[in-house]
Order: sequence, then structure tokens, then C-alpha cells
Amino acid sequence: MAVTTQQFEGTDILEQKIESPFVAVLRRFARHRLAVASTVVLGIIVLMAVAAPLITAYDPNYNVPRDKNLPPSWEHIMGTDYVGRDVFARLLYAGRISLGIAFITVFFSDALGVVIGVISGYFGGWLDALIMRTVDFMLTLPLLPILLVLITIFSPSIKLLVIVLVLTGWVSSARLIRGQILSVREREYVEASRALAASDPRIMFRHLLPNTIAPIIVNVTLGLSGIIITEAALSYLGFGVQPPDASWGNMLQAVDQTVLNRYAWQAFFPGFAIFLTSLCFNFIGDGLRDALDPRMKL
Amino acid sequence: MAQTYQLDKSPSLPSTPGRGQDDMLVVRNLKKYFPVKGGILRRTIAEVKAVDDVSFTIKRGETLGLVGESGCGKSTTGRTILRLLPATDGMVHFEGRDVLNASNREMKALRRDMQIVFQDPYASLDPRIPVGESIAEGLKIHGIGDRRERVERVRNVLLKVGLRPELARRFPHEFSGGQRQRIGIARALVMEPKLIVCDEPVSALDVSVQSQVLNLLNQLQSDLGLTYLFIAHNLSVVEHISDRVGVMYLGQMAELASREELFRNPLHPYTKSLISAIPMPDPTLRRQRIILRGDVPSPLNPPSGCRFHTRCFRAEDVCKEVVPAFEEKEPGHWAACHFAGEFER
Repeated sequence: MAVTTQQFEGTDILEQKIESPFVAVLRRFARHRLAVASTVVLGIIVLMAVAAPLITAYDPNYNVPRDKNLPPSWEHIMGTDYVGRDVFARLLYAGRISLGIAFITVFFSDALGVVIGVISGYFGGWLDALIMRTVDFMLTLPLLPILLVLITIFSPSIKLLVIVLVLTGWVSSARLIRGQILSVREREYVEASRALAASDPRIMFRHLLPNTIAPIIVNVTLGLSGIIITEAALSYLGFGVQPPDASWGNMLQAVDQTVLNRYAWQAFFPGFAIFLTSLCFNFIGDGLRDALDPRMKL
Repeated sequence: MAQTYQLDKSPSLPSTPGRGQDDMLVVRNLKKYFPVKGGILRRTIAEVKAVDDVSFTIKRGETLGLVGESGCGKSTTGRTILRLLPATDGMVHFEGRDVLNASNREMKALRRDMQIVFQDPYASLDPRIPVGESIAEGLKIHGIGDRRERVERVRNVLLKVGLRPELARRFPHEFSGGQRQRIGIARALVMEPKLIVCDEPVSALDVSVQSQVLNLLNQLQSDLGLTYLFIAHNLSVVEHISDRVGVMYLGQMAELASREELFRNPLHPYTKSLISAIPMPDPTLRRQRIILRGDVPSPLNPPSGCRFHTRCFRAEDVCKEVVPAFEEKEPGHWAACHFAGEFER
């Protein structure tokens, strides 16, 4: 073959900038304004929670009975609660716990769900049937009553809360991943790898998983929002984070008709934190879904 | 000549298959049935006989074209030979090595020698991996060379398929269909295989690009001494590239002969009608077209006797009852038809 005289293709491609899929996703995400704004807001929320001691001088658990139920003022920018604790300080420290629980729970439940889902979808057969029937069974269980029973049997703690949420949370992501794997494993590049004698783990984690990453990321973001709300609900009911530790959910515990009528800020700020955080996660999830879908031309 | 192509139809298979030294791939009585499951117990209620008793031999350095309509089992044949699909029954020997019963280790060694190029250049490259890494994957799996040597090999193979080596860091979406197909060829080629199964490698490409890729395959064959099993549904493409041609219908081989012989003197009515349908770039030419009526019958429930009798212009009563044997009607020319070559009634 006369290499010197041969025409080589691809000069036109060389003139383009290299854009990895990751960069392309970032570029497309950047066009989704609501998602970008949400990322900024969420970043601020996380930053404030992390840097709580630098932002407020108040101890979130120090109560001054004399100062209870104070309205927002320069001294207490979000007022004080029914035992005289600074609401702003509690809100920041509660953010640490609520966000921490959300991130840890979603990390472990999705990691578990991804591994189980990949195995189930890739190997199929009786193993798949067993796993999927287990998933079906767990999805039929009413989550909240089960959680309440479990938490009543053992004494409520943050650790138990996370464990219970992980053990119930993996099922939906396992099912989602399995469905994705089922479709991706039939693609020809998987067959090409097999023709090159690639091992099962190599195919699963080098080819299948990266190509299902889009729905996983979206699932994680939406899962974060879901966990924030679930944790808030459980803590509100008294089964989650126990006082005196603050979480956004248990800050609402003392709220009743009287509080709403006379000290509305005690309910408003933690409620708004839950609302805003969950909303941000949802918008980010939407933005990522669009940015990760190669069919969407943004 | 005739002996080299000897096809053994007896169920007892010789221990040393293929009689010529030059027989690279010997396929005997290959069967691939897909079970159809139904009911709550997911029991097998039927079988799709995608490949039903197919035998052929490919000699070293030649190209065997395999043609047939969609769903006739030609791709399944290619994949079963490479054990990308488990065979139901039959025998495949590659250079005397038993492919279908090879252990994992033997299979890994065989895969270096037998590669595949796929039909869809868009689906056959992992979109998340730079093409250079896709090409190098086989080297990595087989532990060939260190990182630097692999980069060098990828470079060389890209040059061989006519692409600039600097493109190794690019992702599949940046390439055109024809360029991706070259990458797919490079991925197979980098293993330095002896046999490449080309599974409709050009049918997803524009006609102008088709000829480029075909010429590339031809060039590589003469440069590297490759052997091809070339699967296609386009007779002109097959005529262009093949030394011998096999025609499949509903999971069975209808006819097998050298290219010149098959196109000049088709013995099977199916082949004859296929050839009559090839468009000729000459508007003044008037030919008799043989139009096949109806669709391909379902392989779930293939016709009795000769599978082609429902659409055959030559069919008689015997065709409905007796399965025609796949026999050597003329030296090196095999056909499965009761009336092979007798087209006038």
C-alpha cells in the first residue's frame, strides 16, 4: 500500500475542537437557566450549612427562655423558637443534618441499586427474576408505615434513619438501571467487546454502566429531593432526627395552630428551606436530563 | 476442486473436518433455534429455526459471500460461528480447532484470529469512549504490548484504514458513517485476525461511501492475506467482493458456487429470481424479470418439503413433500432443489 500517495480522511475533524461527552453535557446544561440558577442557590445553601459556625455566633441548642418566640429582628434575623433558640442558627445546623442525610442515603441506596440493577439486567435469567420480584414486592409496601414500625422497634437515631432509607431506597434505582441495561446490552458495541473476548465485569462496568449514567445521575438528583422530603416528614412525626439535634423536619414539630397564627416565622423558615432545596434538586434534575439526552438539541 | 468443497451431509462427522489443508473455516450442519417462550410458566412453546442445517467451507484467503433476504439467518450464521450466540447444534472448526466446544481460554485465543465488522457504524462504537481506546480494547484484553506500543499499533491501523492517526482521541459522534465503519474495521484489524466476519458492513452507508469501504476491504485482503465471510443482502456488492457465494433462504443454504458460476449459471430458482432483480445500468436492456410473489414465510412455521416451494415458479407436487438435499449438482456447484437448473417446464 503506497502510504505516501494515499488520501487520509478526517482533516475536517481535526479542525474541530475536541469535545468530550462530558464537556458537551456541561455546555448544554449551561443553557438551562433554571437549572443553573438552582445550582447556584443550592451551592449557597450547602455552603451556608457547611460554614454555619462562621456565619452565626449563636449555638443552635442554647436556649434562653427569656427570649422565646421573638419575631425576626437584627439580633435574631429569623426570630427565636418556643424555647428561645435562634431559628437562623438552628436552620443552618439543621441543613448540615438534613443535607448530610440526603447525600449519604442517596449515595448508598443508588450505589446498591446500580450494582444490583446492572447484575440483574446483564445476567438475566432466574437471578433477574428473583431480584425483580423482590423489587416488585418492596415497591408494594407502603413506605411510611413500614418506616414508622421499624423505627419504633429500634430506637430512633440518624444512623437507623439512614439505614432504613437506604434499604428501602435501592429498589427503584435498581429497577431503573436494570431497564437501561436491558436496552444497552443489545447494542452492537457490546457484541464487539464480546467478540474481543472482554470479560463480564469489563462489559458491565466499562461499557454498560457509562452508557446508563444519564438516568442514574437524574435519578440521584431527584432522589435527593425525595429524601429531603421523606426525612422532613419522618422528623416532623418524631421518628427521624431527635431533638435537641435540629433538622428541617423536626424544626416543624412544635408547629401547631397557635404557632402558625402568632409565630409564623418558626414554621416559615424551615418549611421554606425544605421547599427551596427540594425545588433546586428537581430543577437540576430536569436540566441534567435534558443535557444528558443526546437527542435533545439544545 | 470438487473435493475441497466436499460437504458432508451425514450426521456422523469426520474427526478431521475438511479435507484440504487450505480449509480455514469448516461449518457443518450448523443449527441455531431461538426458543419462543409463552404462558405463565415461560415454557418453550415454539422454536424459530433461524439457521437450520447450514454447511460450508471457507478457504484461506478467499471471500465467501452470504446473501439472502432479511431474516433468512445469514447474520445469525455469522454470529453463531463466532459464538456470539450459542449454537443449537452442528460443528464449526477454525484451522482445525473446535470453536463451539472451546473452553474459555481456547475461545479467547480463537477470538484473536476471528473478528467481526458490524452493520451499523453508529451502534457498533461505544459513544462514551474515544475511538482510539475502542480500537485498543482488544489489545488491552489480550495483554498485547504496553501502553506505548498499543498507541503505536492504533496509529498504524488507523493509517491502514485511511484515517489520520491524530483522530484516535476523538469520540465516535464526530465521525461520518463511512469513517466510523473504517474505525470498526480498524478495531477488528488491530488484532491481526485471520478471518473477519463482515456482517453487512456497507448496507448502512451511502452508495458512494459503500464502494470506498468495499475497496478498502479488498485492499486489506490482498495486503494482509485476510479471509472474509461477507454477509450482505445486496447481490451487486457480493458479486463485487466475493470469490464464492452462498445464497440463503429461510435458514437454509439454497445454493453455493463460485461467483462466476453462480451469476452465469444459477441452478436454484430462488437464485435465478434474485439475479433477475439486479438493476442494470442500461435502459435499453430488456430482460425477463422473475417476480417473487408473497412474503418470506415465517421461520416459526416453515413450509413443508422445500422451504421455497410457496414462492417458487418451478414448484411441483414433490416440492411440497420432499426436502431437497443440498447436493453438488456440478463440480463445485451446490444446490438444494429437485429441479436444479431445469427452468423450462
